[in-house]
Amino acid sequence: MTVTPLPHLCIEKIVKRYPGQMALDHVSLSVERGSYVVLLGPSGSGKTTLLSIIGGFTMPEGGAIRIGGEDVTAFPPSRRPTTTVFQDYALFPHMTVATNVGFGLKMKPMSPQERKQRVQDMLRLVGLEQQRDRAIQALSGGQRQRVALARALAVDPEILLLDEPLGALDLALRRQVQEELRRLQRQMNRTFIHVTHDQEEAMALADLVVVMSHGRIEDVGTPRRVYLRPASRFTATFMGESTQITGRVAHRAGDVLTLETAFGTIEGIAAPNPGAVGDMPSSSTVLQKDDEAVAIIRPENFTFNPENKQSLPTATVMEMIFQGNYVRILALTDAGQELVLCLPPQQAPTVGTRIVPCCSVDDVVIVPA
Amino acid sequence: MNILSLRRALSWKGLGLLYMLACYGFIFLPVIVLVLFSFQDGRLPVPPFHGPTLFWYGEVLANSRLVAAMGNSFLVGVGSSLLSLVLGFLAAYGLARYRLRGRSLIRGFLVLPMAVSYLIVGMGLLVMASWAHIAPSLWLVGISHVVINMPLAFALCAAQFSETQARIEMAAGDLGASLPRILLQVTVPMMAPTLIAAFILCFTLSWDEFLSAFLLSRFEITLPVAIWGILRGGLNPQTNAIGSLVFFGVVALALIAEALLFRKKKNSA
Repeated sequence: MTVTPLPHLCIEKIVKRYPGQMALDHVSLSVERGSYVVLLGPSGSGKTTLLSIIGGFTMPEGGAIRIGGEDVTAFPPSRRPTTTVFQDYALFPHMTVATNVGFGLKMKPMSPQERKQRVQDMLRLVGLEQQRDRAIQALSGGQRQRVALARALAVDPEILLLDEPLGALDLALRRQVQEELRRLQRQMNRTFIHVTHDQEEAMALADLVVVMSHGRIEDVGTPRRVYLRPASRFTATFMGESTQITGRVAHRAGDVLTLETAFGTIEGIAAPNPGAVGDMPSSSTVLQKDDEAVAIIRPENFTFNPENKQSLPTATVMEMIFQGNYVRILALTDAGQELVLCLPPQQAPTVGTRIVPCCSVDDVVIVPA
Repeated sequence: MNILSLRRALSWKGLGLLYMLACYGFIFLPVIVLVLFSFQDGRLPVPPFHGPTLFWYGEVLANSRLVAAMGNSFLVGVGSSLLSLVLGFLAAYGLARYRLRGRSLIRGFLVLPMAVSYLIVGMGLLVMASWAHIAPSLWLVGISHVVINMPLAFALCAAQFSETQARIEMAAGDLGASLPRILLQVTVPMMAPTLIAAFILCFTLSWDEFLSAFLLSRFEITLPVAIWGILRGGLNPQTNAIGSLVFFGVVALALIAEALLFRKKKNSA
């Protein structure tokens, strides 16, 4: 007999209203044990509210939160197997690094020796053994961040909640802490739920990206799938730059759609359902003939080699931005369609050049308008 | 022309200086005279000054009635200030951390006694006590000082609760700490400078307070009431000596309070 593993965290039809605004509109989500989940969305999308509801700081008006099968919706934060790393770290300013990390352990049945050992282990884990007796005020932003992390992990939570933990760090430090977070999560094999508005951060960290907008989940999937085959126009726009061509579905053959646009037809793959797993999931059947739709093409999927590819209309290069390892090109077709391309520097045309961009059918995703 | 404007500026500056000196003189000259004539070697604390001598300080400390009054004042001051602080702190915490209906109304009622004169507070308590057949005592004096000082303690504490501190308390709760533990191990230590300063201010006010202490005490009296009793018998360098002792004590406490509040501000800036 096989037992299907229960999802570790189960969010069921959570509803939360703020005056004049629906903060969360029947949000549901299942998370497997040991996965790194990133809630991604612009401010006001409800991601922070959702995290706060999982942690028990905010009460939902409807729905349930289950952790390991147990309904914890009515539990206060102290009774939940979760801990939170706050955006401003919320460290105890009157305690040393070690007493901060050991605070949560005072409520656990442990001997002082065990507690001391645990604090030592946690400090080693985040690389702050040398700073154990220092005051919080004497630490840098990155060090404070790591104290907050060690303090939250010391009590061995089942789920660690991180509220924009890298927001206050500079770019180089952010990259470094991203790697550390990922290493810690693998090493401890805990479920991490991380809120951010930075799509690059989401892609670097997540096993599962949850894209949110206006209190709803727009799309859920691996970073690769959500970037390359977004389920909606919002996801496509939020996950990075793209060329977007609006039109009407002229023909559907399996997963391949033919889109009738202002300058002719373009073929592409129909978008998957939101929440589709795998890197190449099957397509949604939502889009049918005569539906309004948008073709999404990522800038790196354009070439000038028409072999086995479809050609877009001729365009003029309007702007060229050198970005080091690639060149970003903004072009305009004669019919006024904007195109965004990324090319290696040596292939980049100069401003004013007439180009014929090409792309393969597989690299065009067609999402509902 | 240049010299003229320079002279004008100087004379304005001189006038300002004079004005400032007059202000300080007005405030501090009586205190200086009081302290100076506490060292008077003679029976009257009026010029010309003879001395100095510590005789009158010896007299004060040998006067068992005065020493007992000092003890009473200390007891009432410490007790009423502690109670004011605990009540004011808890009220401020509750109002800062919980969403209550009519919050601003409650806050208004809490600070209202600040606007009521000590005479009214004392008389009101006296009427209440005689109606309940409670004889005037140090306990009643202490209660009146709590009525007077609790709003101050409340206002000082309430000003210190911030969103940042709320999140730090949330973090402590998230790690499994109960409310009493959060209050004792997180909130109180974080607010320690404010709490100490508030206690000292309350104590200073209680130590000085005459009107309600006079109305509400009978056999056991506080220091201001005892001083008043001596003053009724006429001027005497002994009263100057007590006055000086009280003045120096209060100044020391005020300086400590100031230092603590100032340090707190510098830290948070």
